[in-house]
Amino acid sequence: MSQIRPLFKREFLGYFRSPVAYVFLIAFLLISVSLAFSRYGNFFKAGTASLETYFLFFPWLFMFIVPAVGMRLWSEEKRSGTVELLLTLPVTTLEAVLGKFLAGWAFLTLAVLLSFPMALTVAFLGDPDWGIIASTYLGAILMAGAYLGICALTSALTKNQVISFILSLAACAMLVFLGLSSFTTTLESFLPVGIADVVSNFSFVTHFDAFTKGIVDPKDVAFFLSLIGFTLFLNVVALER
Amino acid sequence: MIEVKGLVKTYGNKHAVDGITFTVKRGEILGFLGPNGAGKSTTMKMITGFIRPDAGTATVGGIDVAVDPVGVKRQLGYLPESAPAYPEMTVEEFLRFIAEIRGFRETSEKRARVEHVLGLTHLASVRTQTIETLSKGYKQRVGFAQALIHNPPALVLDEPTDGLDPNQKNEVRTLIRNMAAEKAVILSTHILEEVEAICTRVIIIASGRIVADETPSALRARQPGARLDEIFRALTT
Ligand SMILES: Nc1ncnc2c1ncn2[C@@H]1O[C@H](COP(=O)(O)OP(=O)(O)OP(=O)(O)O)[C@@H](O)[C@H]1O
Ligand SMILES: [Mg+2]
Repeated sequence: MSQIRPLFKREFLGYFRSPVAYVFLIAFLLISVSLAFSRYGNFFKAGTASLETYFLFFPWLFMFIVPAVGMRLWSEEKRSGTVELLLTLPVTTLEAVLGKFLAGWAFLTLAVLLSFPMALTVAFLGDPDWGIIASTYLGAILMAGAYLGICALTSALTKNQVISFILSLAACAMLVFLGLSSFTTTLESFLPVGIADVVSNFSFVTHFDAFTKGIVDPKDVAFFLSLIGFTLFLNVVALER
Repeated sequence: MIEVKGLVKTYGNKHAVDGITFTVKRGEILGFLGPNGAGKSTTMKMITGFIRPDAGTATVGGIDVAVDPVGVKRQLGYLPESAPAYPEMTVEEFLRFIAEIRGFRETSEKRARVEHVLGLTHLASVRTQTIETLSKGYKQRVGFAQALIHNPPALVLDEPTDGLDPNQKNEVRTLIRNMAAEKAVILSTHILEEVEAICTRVIIIASGRIVADETPSALRARQPGARLDEIFRALTT
């Protein structure tokens, strides 16, 4: 497992070797902040000193932005042939998968944490509940990891980054839509309520919501972590196939 | 050192490699010849554990690649065809990464390794250049440097002199010959003279099968007076 460190380092610094990282970070902050201030976000009109309206859009924003980070993880290596170099170095497939995933996750975490000035703004305007802010950040980071697990998997399936992006987007969109009330109602119209409940339980929105209310439910944490574990397992299988 | 038994790889209904068996001992340099698409690269990919054979085994230093792939990879230096490397890294960054993953974590040791191969492959002048801006020959040298960094007991080189200028070709051949005493080397090439110049043994494959396995002088003796490419053509068509 000590082999993960050099892999992580190369991959993480790799984001900053091209303009991609800077474009991504700036775009992420601009979009997330402007969504919060938009008439849908009502950041000011909400009248409470909280980041709820800021994080409200994260499941949606991640749907587009995480595939942009994840699509290159394996597709790029396959296209350029470096995957042959990487997988003939003395590393196990699991180490390679973990090294890459953790680097991408660290990068997304950095993006999420760069929004911290928003929290400071809220603190300047009022007296926010720091517990809620902390749990929301935790939830956002866990959710980013789950999205990234899916994107890493789809990127291991193809050497084409565009296909990888679209597959990830579709998979992530499914997991968001499952939780929308209109979608659940439709499901309940033809599925037994019990099954519809189980299905909507797979939605990222459902699990993320609790974090934004300051509730860190071990069940939600376990949901995201086990989704990460499962997708990484499939990632290894896909590469060793 | 390297032992290959009955390797088979099929793609669809095409036999890329169709039952290849040979061994390479320390001190031997095996030249791998064959027309385009004969299965040279595919065989090498199976030895290095990048692809799984449909049948047969490959062992390096007594370790079966199917049983302990990492154990095999530790002992191998591998230059894949067309020398892939991370384009946005500089030569130095890339070689440091390879050194680290090859187990040289100590800064001074890592630096010594990198400096050593930079010198061997004449890359010192481009060390701070990103790999994507290098010419083809220099990229090839980066791939070669990467394969040598841990001084491995077995080397698998897929067209190591491809894209090099005549001086560098000579240089690389000399380098391989000087290292070969305590290593097992497999190299593929399309240059028949190269085989005569440095290989102790030559295997010619066509359509995934071995059609000749002998010393370069025995190969030449097949048709006294004929040119090597004529002998090659007679064997592979
Ligand atoms: N992933 C793949 N899918 C389908 N066919 C493949 C694949 N990889 C290799 N082949 C086929 O296997 C055969 C052997 O290919 P290989 O790359 O081993 O040839 P080679 O001897 O290295 O040729 P060259 O001298 O051109 O490098 C070829 O016919 C090739 O088309
Ligand atoms: Mg080849």
